[in-house]
Amino acid sequence: MTAIIDVRHLNKAFGGMQVINDCSIHVEEGSITGMIGPNGAGKSTLFNLIAGALAPDSGQVLFNGEDITRLSPDQRFHKGLLRTFQIAHEFSHMSALENLMMVPPHQAGESLFNAWFKPARVREEETIVRRRALEVIDFVGLHHVRNELAGNLSGGQKKLLELGRTMMTDAKVVLLDEIAAGVNRTLLGDLVGNIERLNREMGYTFLVIEHDMEMIARLCDPVIVLAQGSVMVEGSIEEIQNNPAVIEAYFGAGAA
Amino acid sequence: MNEFMFFINNVLVAGSVSGSIYAIGAVGVTLVFSIMRFAHFAHADMMTFGAFMVLALTTAFPAAGAGFGMPTAVVMLPVAMALTALLAVGIDKAFYKPLRAHGVKPIVLVIGSLGVTLMLQGVIRLFAGTGGQNLYVDDRKEIFRMVLPLEGVRVPVVITEPQLYLFVLTLVSVVALHLFLNRSRLGKAMRAMSDNPELAQASGINTNTIVAVTWVIVGSLAAIAGTLLSLDVTFKPDLSFFLLLPIFAAAIVGGVGHPYGAIAGGFVVGFAETLAVFNWNVLLRPYRDSFPDWLELPSNLAFVGTEYKIVVPFFILVAILIWRPTGIFKGKVI
Repeated sequence: MTAIIDVRHLNKAFGGMQVINDCSIHVEEGSITGMIGPNGAGKSTLFNLIAGALAPDSGQVLFNGEDITRLSPDQRFHKGLLRTFQIAHEFSHMSALENLMMVPPHQAGESLFNAWFKPARVREEETIVRRRALEVIDFVGLHHVRNELAGNLSGGQKKLLELGRTMMTDAKVVLLDEIAAGVNRTLLGDLVGNIERLNREMGYTFLVIEHDMEMIARLCDPVIVLAQGSVMVEGSIEEIQNNPAVIEAYFGAGAA
Repeated sequence: MNEFMFFINNVLVAGSVSGSIYAIGAVGVTLVFSIMRFAHFAHADMMTFGAFMVLALTTAFPAAGAGFGMPTAVVMLPVAMALTALLAVGIDKAFYKPLRAHGVKPIVLVIGSLGVTLMLQGVIRLFAGTGGQNLYVDDRKEIFRMVLPLEGVRVPVVITEPQLYLFVLTLVSVVALHLFLNRSRLGKAMRAMSDNPELAQASGINTNTIVAVTWVIVGSLAAIAGTLLSLDVTFKPDLSFFLLLPIFAAAIVGGVGHPYGAIAGGFVVGFAETLAVFNWNVLLRPYRDSFPDWLELPSNLAFVGTEYKIVVPFFILVAILIWRPTGIFKGKVI
């Protein structure tokens, strides 16, 4: 197996706070890699650096062996590196289905010329995209709310929609930022099932930030523990759970 | 009946004229706001720039319109739109983009746009002078007088040629914009970015492209509004600048960031202005005899004097901000 994401010596400071401190991680292709760590460990910042929403002070991010450190989030998207957001994002004034239909890149309608002068070609492509969006919305179990404005969906449904968004294009790696937060148990089961299916059947690689240890235990191998902006331990969930340093970081000194 | 014709000319026609110009202006302001989240004060001077381009081109090729059977100024409008779009993209690259790259607060961009306003006004004055100039360089401004076929009607409805062009182009712009925003993928991407810029980027939408496209549309619309305004009256370097208040009032009335709202807001402000300065005495005079003796109609029965017309949008602005700060339609999205 090869590292599809290779983060090398990243540094990022906000003001005087060194949030990411000489951090290097690898994500193996085809894995569901978990990332845990106490609050303030720098998980979300590291995510934003990998997704391109933030630029690092120094260091490199390699994707499939290619240096993507200077690419914008949309350029990374087109290379197959997708993300979801910790607080679910949606286009609140479009329906759930339209939200999914926003995703696919390189459509004919993208050029002004086509939009005004080749409406037939645009319509044809739109039909294909709509069919795909309907498949995806069935897959994530949101068929019954497909025409609802996305802003009106529940928090859990928005998370499912986020996952659906990553399925609209040929993703290689999906970064999941606390996808289980605020999702009820039934929906969570669907989410976990969907992630496993995407990993197994479509070969998606996942990097998952999660607080829900049950979900981490069920989904992720290996698990990376982040503390104070760099990797503390990496290993299987059993190794992590029995590591004294991790227990100390989570529960304070003396707990072990 | 003749009094009613007077009403049509002074309220209906005049209100539609200023309403159309405010509407096209306000759409531009609202588009910039919904994509870049700042109030673009230099919009009025982009309008002036568009009109100035038409003036320059018309002066250079005064006979070009003859072949099309249209006034040269109208024939030159597409070229002026392209040039103004180019200017808008250039101004963004030179002044607003570096500010955005530094992640400044919107107010800094607003102040920046005030700087651009002063700069544009200076540059235009440098080349065009300070006086008024007619955009009809070689052509004659047609005036259509239509006497409606009704009994006893002598006063004609008066519409000038530029006003007709204004109505047609307003309609065309609105329809084209509607189709673009709702049908084309790029238009949808604009709506997406206005809704949630972070998600738009994470969905593979290139926000730099969207910003550039927005400026192209905004520049073109500004050129249309500025040119048609100058055609209707005359070209002056500060003509559009004085429309800044009603245009912003129109955008806010419609809910900032809401193009259809901006169009509605433009006509609300336009008609409010003309209704406020209309002398109602004209309509009431025929019924003078049926009024009680103690009631004497003053000769000027307008809500505000013509010279105070500018207070109308100002009043609307204050009223909307107090009672319905999000505008008639809810704002912030396309």
